[in-house]
Amino acid sequence: MISYGHHRYPGRLFVVEGTDGSGKSTQLTLLYQWLKSEGYSVFFSEWNSSPLVKDTTRRAKKRRLFTPTTFSLLHATDFADRTERDIIPPLKAGAIVLADRYIYTAFARDVARGCDRAWVRELYKFAVKPTAAFFFRAPLDVATERIASARPQLKFYEAGMDMDWSDDEEESFKIFQGKILDEYDSMRSEFGLTLIDGTQPIHTQQRQMREIVGRHLRENLKQKAVPSK
Amino acid sequence: MKEMKFYGTALPGIEIEPYPGKLIVIEGTDGVGRSTHVALLRTWLESEGYAVLDTGMTRSVLAGRGIKNARTGHTLGRLTMQLYYATDFADRLENRILSALRAGFIVLTDRYIYSAIARAVVRGADPEWIRRIYGIALVPDAVFYLRMSSAEALARRVLASGRGFDYWESGMDLGLADDYYDSFIAYQKLLLKEFDRMSGEYGFHVVDASRPLKRIGTALRRSIARLIQEAPPQLAEVTKPTNVSPIARVPTPAPASTDEQVGETDLREKSA
Repeated sequence: MISYGHHRYPGRLFVVEGTDGSGKSTQLTLLYQWLKSEGYSVFFSEWNSSPLVKDTTRRAKKRRLFTPTTFSLLHATDFADRTERDIIPPLKAGAIVLADRYIYTAFARDVARGCDRAWVRELYKFAVKPTAAFFFRAPLDVATERIASARPQLKFYEAGMDMDWSDDEEESFKIFQGKILDEYDSMRSEFGLTLIDGTQPIHTQQRQMREIVGRHLRENLKQKAVPSK
Repeated sequence: MKEMKFYGTALPGIEIEPYPGKLIVIEGTDGVGRSTHVALLRTWLESEGYAVLDTGMTRSVLAGRGIKNARTGHTLGRLTMQLYYATDFADRLENRILSALRAGFIVLTDRYIYSAIARAVVRGADPEWIRRIYGIALVPDAVFYLRMSSAEALARRVLASGRGFDYWESGMDLGLADDYYDSFIAYQKLLLKEFDRMSGEYGFHVVDASRPLKRIGTALRRSIARLIQEAPPQLAEVTKPTNVSPIARVPTPAPASTDEQVGETDLREKSA
């Protein structure tokens, strides 16, 4: 089994991370457009998107079947399928893969739910180490404000209601997001996450992101991925 | 009552407390008769007045159906499959096994983490990695390993049962051979080797599965009866310590080594 940091592929993997409402998905979409227009072959990979696992996850959320451990394991299963199917093959082919949420999401959430830090990291050891991982950091009140205005109702697990921290959904959500943010902060040095201040204007954040991504791209990636051009 | 002991990191949110039940594992490769023995043991234990829960791989409410669907399409990647099984295991452990043990049930499980580990390792998983993932598992009260030494004999058993060879049981995903029979033999040989490797590590009671069904059943019942006699399962409410074991040689701390002694007396293979 090849483990984290030992994969060697010609492609590039960029991931965005951050709490809900940090603006990371917006930034990744903008990056995608840019890379496309530059002539790269780009693939998107989203959290929770494995066709083999999706139905199980959806059903379990609806029926509230999860414990912190099974929540963690099923998301790892989903991620394994994405790794085997959507991430490694394009990287081998020399393409660029963009991932909206990566293993750090699991590390933050699962540990916030009480899973053992070392165990969760072990679980995801098979993951490909990203070329760069961006951590979009927005203060808690900014992030929760964005979520509250965007969504009429928080979901059960999203709000951390399974943990009995509070009977009030909004309160529980804030507690949960606070714990997640603490975990992200402690992972910055552990995994060398690139910090982007999520309170800056959108185009400023995008400029910073493109600058860093640009450094990791070379002409040969373009030619390999799109031979017709 | 026995203290809960886990192989590695205990599950989060689980209260670690002594439990009055018994966790008994029946392990072995495909075709050795595990499910037959689980069914026979269940009937026997219930007739003796013990409450029994039986469980086995892919029977979880959470992931059972998802795994079966994914297997049907033959589209499961190796890592995905291993983690899907781990999810299924964790769900059964937390929601079924632990609660039954706390309530004083005898839990019979058709396979446990050992099959999952063996399958993962022959598919190239790091042996240490998969063991640490399954570190969430409770150390059972006893593991009976129904052992067949020859893969060819296993193949005859599978055919005799009228089922024919299954894609996954034959390890067709590994590309070891072109047809189901050759692949089954090659795959089961690899599994047998892994089981033998785990036997000492986890303190299996090795049962020679080539013997007649009746004799195996008798041997299993005798060992389990002894296990129960040493510390009978009780209702969860009873809290007084029960170290009134009539047999002095078995204290409980390290099940791996002590269980082995019990097994050796009547269950070890007589000749290799």
